[in-house]
Amino acid sequence: MSELTLFLVRIAYLAILWIFVLSAISVIRSDMFGARLPSTGAAPAPKPAKQKAPPKRRGSPTHVAVIQGSNTGITASLAHAPILIGRGNDAAIRLDDDYVSTRHARIAASGDQWYVEDLGSTNGTYLGSQRITQPVTIGLGAQVRIGKTILELRK
Amino acid sequence: MANASLLQFVHRRRRGAELFLLILALVVGIGAYASVGLGVDGEVPTNIVGYGGWLAALVVAAHVVVRLVAPYADPVLLPVVAALNGIGLAVIHRLDLAEDTGNADQQLIWMTLGVALFVATLVFLRDHRLLARFTYTSGLAAIGLLILPMLPVIGNEVNGARIWIHVGPFNFQPGEVAKVLLVITFAGYLVVHRDALALAGRRVLFVDFPRGRDLGPILVMWGISLSILVLQKDLGSSLLFFGLFLIMLYVSTERPGWLVVGGLLFFSGATVAFQIFAHVQQRVDIWLDPFADRNGDGYQLVQGLYGFAWGGLIGRGLGEGMPSRVPEAESDFIMAAIGEELGLTAVIAILLLYGLIVERALRAALISRDGFGKLVATGLGGVFAIQVFVVIGGVTRLIPLTGLTTPFLSYGGSSLVANWVIIALLLRISDQARRPLPEVVEASEDPDLFQTQIVKAVDR
Repeated sequence: MSELTLFLVRIAYLAILWIFVLSAISVIRSDMFGARLPSTGAAPAPKPAKQKAPPKRRGSPTHVAVIQGSNTGITASLAHAPILIGRGNDAAIRLDDDYVSTRHARIAASGDQWYVEDLGSTNGTYLGSQRITQPVTIGLGAQVRIGKTILELRK
Repeated sequence: MANASLLQFVHRRRRGAELFLLILALVVGIGAYASVGLGVDGEVPTNIVGYGGWLAALVVAAHVVVRLVAPYADPVLLPVVAALNGIGLAVIHRLDLAEDTGNADQQLIWMTLGVALFVATLVFLRDHRLLARFTYTSGLAAIGLLILPMLPVIGNEVNGARIWIHVGPFNFQPGEVAKVLLVITFAGYLVVHRDALALAGRRVLFVDFPRGRDLGPILVMWGISLSILVLQKDLGSSLLFFGLFLIMLYVSTERPGWLVVGGLLFFSGATVAFQIFAHVQQRVDIWLDPFADRNGDGYQLVQGLYGFAWGGLIGRGLGEGMPSRVPEAESDFIMAAIGEELGLTAVIAILLLYGLIVERALRAALISRDGFGKLVATGLGGVFAIQVFVVIGGVTRLIPLTGLTTPFLSYGGSSLVANWVIIALLLRISDQARRPLPEVVEASEDPDLFQTQIVKAVDR
């Protein structure tokens, strides 16, 4: 076995090793975002892209606002209902309040009514002084207390 | 809806890509074996067909099982692991030829057992959330396993560390199994208690510190780690378990304060251990100045460093270096053998492969839909990250040397088997996470027509 052959074997082996590494990375790259859902053809019927927002009506609330607490001033439009409130990153209203759970409560619509629902939070969701145990309807100006934060529906 | 944009995408199965990568991985593994033969004897080893066939059979069996029971699992993990295992076998075989031992055959048997357990895990564990039922059982089992080596008859002290048990002809390191069980325990515990542990106490310099009364769990874990260090004299495992707990605590509570508290606890423990125990002092002295006693205490590390230097950028070629000069080259110092014979080029490739394993684990955690799965995947990825950092950092003199195995590469049955099970768990979690959601029926206006979405639930 000559020096040269062994040298070539060594280089070839290192090349194979790196080809493997780079192929693995390219598979990861092509896998990064998955595949688009086939929108037509043999696939199951396409889903409507967005849930229909409840019908707009004069005098109905359009957004939720934080009116007290460390995040006072934050608002979220009701068009994107249901609205998740909590300390987690996926919440539409993200509160920096130590008494708020990661996924604390949500505000959702049914017909033209708005409901607030507790999502099994540690410290509870209050409407006035009442801790809510099931979805409760809320109207304009109703104050929902979550931890040290108070939110209300606004026009 | 926050999910709307995500739901536009489904993950593909990518089993074809996995098969392609597996074939490349086999070329890497069997190629290394052939290259060893060429370098040492000047010819391709005669048993290459039998050896290659056995390796290929194991890998294909694993692939077929993944295809059948976890079709959406991550396509990169299995090939990366197969390649690392193949390289490890070839390097151990090369050291066998130099030292006239039979470790590679042993290791191949252990790999077979590892793949068998990998298959069993995937087949019998169809939903990783079942493991949440065994939160405290597995914690108890882990502590039991960690105590086993301390028992008089079966426990055994090897190279100063009391981490082995001998039952008849079998030697086993129970700590390797314990680390998997501990991940399950931590995940099950933290997923339930994380909101309480995330409650903030005092705020100092932009960091929220946890409340004093929540320090219980971290102190218990600190105590367990320290007692491993004191009683078993095993620096590596002690670091691994505490680091693992800290990572999972931080990930589940999102509080950097825990990292500060844990870091302080760790450094105070380490300082005390340094003051009291001679073996810790010795390790640190070797790390600070390995050449002070290069034919005595520092011999192993210095020989390893010579190996890396002699290997240079592209190495001496498989079979043409002198990796057997390093004591324990087939276990702790296998990276030195690779560095000598394949050079920096291969060392970086291998580090990248470990990086890919950790990245895929964290990816599975990110896309997983349940908190328990997220935490288990993070924990298993953390085990790999810490282990690779501690052992390769030790061999390259970045940190003091502590005894841990290099996952999949180094000689050692318990570690290999446990790591194959870890990969099976990661594949199971990523399969659950990447599987498309069941079709959601759009809620109609009429409340009578509302349909409840069916969610697969698991009893706790």
